[in-house]
Amino acid sequence: MAYLDAASTEPLHPAARDALLAAIDAGWADPARLYGTARRAQMLLERARAEVAELIGARPDEVSFTASGTQAVHLGVLGTLAGRRRTGTRLVAGAVEHSSVLHAGALHERDGGELEIVGVSRTGRVDADAFAEAVARPGTALACLQTANHEVGTLQPVEEAARACREAGVPLLVDAAQSVGRLPVPEGWSVLTASAHKWGGPAGVGVLALRKGVRWRSPLPEDERERRRVPGFENVPAIVAAAAALRARAEEAEAEGRRLSALVDKIRTEVPRRVPDVEVVGDAVLRLPHIVTFSCLYVEGEALLTELDKAGFAVSSGSSCTASTLRPSHVLEAMGVLTHGNVRVSLPRGASEDDVDRFLAVLPDIVRRIRSSLGVH
Amino acid sequence: MWRRRTGGARRSPEAAAAEPAPPVQPAEPPALTIDALGRKCPIPIIMLAERINQVAMGGVVAVLADDPAAFTDVPAWCRLKSHEHVGSYELPQGGWSIHVRRNY
Repeated sequence: MAYLDAASTEPLHPAARDALLAAIDAGWADPARLYGTARRAQMLLERARAEVAELIGARPDEVSFTASGTQAVHLGVLGTLAGRRRTGTRLVAGAVEHSSVLHAGALHERDGGELEIVGVSRTGRVDADAFAEAVARPGTALACLQTANHEVGTLQPVEEAARACREAGVPLLVDAAQSVGRLPVPEGWSVLTASAHKWGGPAGVGVLALRKGVRWRSPLPEDERERRRVPGFENVPAIVAAAAALRARAEEAEAEGRRLSALVDKIRTEVPRRVPDVEVVGDAVLRLPHIVTFSCLYVEGEALLTELDKAGFAVSSGSSCTASTLRPSHVLEAMGVLTHGNVRVSLPRGASEDDVDRFLAVLPDIVRRIRSSLGVH
Repeated sequence: MWRRRTGGARRSPEAAAAEPAPPVQPAEPPALTIDALGRKCPIPIIMLAERINQVAMGGVVAVLADDPAAFTDVPAWCRLKSHEHVGSYELPQGGWSIHVRRNY
């Protein structure tokens, strides 16, 4: 089985595995207590915090660990809105943000707040001028922009957005889930969120970083953990493993990113050459190193994933028939590109050129067979 | 779900429904109507591709569809195939009449 779905979750990094096994023995106690084993757990937790902080460009006291990337986004969005309630109730977000951002925004709307969605180009890049205009409107409490899109890989204009937010005095939440451990973290964020299992750490660890001075109030009942920002007992072994994975990824990122990016270029070039009526979507240059997405006309996404699975390839799709909902991906919809017959290939660390070549070899016949079963020749 | 929307390539069905309504009646009656109501993508697109050559050059085909994917996919097909997406008009029973002009 060739695993080509790193954007869903990256396999556990070997460094994380080693750290996890060691920390399960050394870091199981309650880090909030005062006896020896507890102090050791606390030391491991704080060392992991300092390491993650350094790697994302934050101070240790700005970093909290959450139960997931989704929880980090929920707390980041709702907590900042709560902290800035007196300034206004307007929330600005890009149209192709992760569903955790849009769902937090929908909850904010149900509570009487306003959500303004800023559209994207055909390649999925947020319109920086429209974003700046939206942020500058009076009453804006928070703006949200991802570093890069999780479905099509397109990089977002975070630096321009950060400049506009600074000028307007509006905090910017940057959702860096897809890029941390792969690309440097951009500057200018007020709130940063990330997810360890996307960079090769274990599941169950998210990162919420709040820049000193950003007004924030927990939208949840009070709890003393993580500087009162995140409720519940920290998963210290998983956090230690997450930090180890991030350290290892940061060291490999440049060389591995270059290698994977060349493989993505190969897929971007070869798929339309080998398969008729295909649209490769997302920005060809301003993109993550490891994600490529294309849509095949006249093909049902679910059939395509099933056939690719049978052929030994794990990939994912934004087509509606593959999701639990009947709606197609809001990302593809916002871009105005084909939503059916969609395949996202996302290369994990170590993905081989041989896997990519075999994928390119089996794809044309699979697409042809599905089309012919629907009467398209 | 989302109230205001600014800039960008296109609007989602919700945004289109929430914003000032597009013209309810198309300017030009279609020469052919394809009923793809109840059919899931890619079937509406396949039906369109099969039958567009049944109208004269410059003629308009209306695709009736209620799969939300069709709202995005018919205009995207037009762009890929160099036909013209004339407009998408809401149907009273739900779904859209999506008008396409044959360009070649």
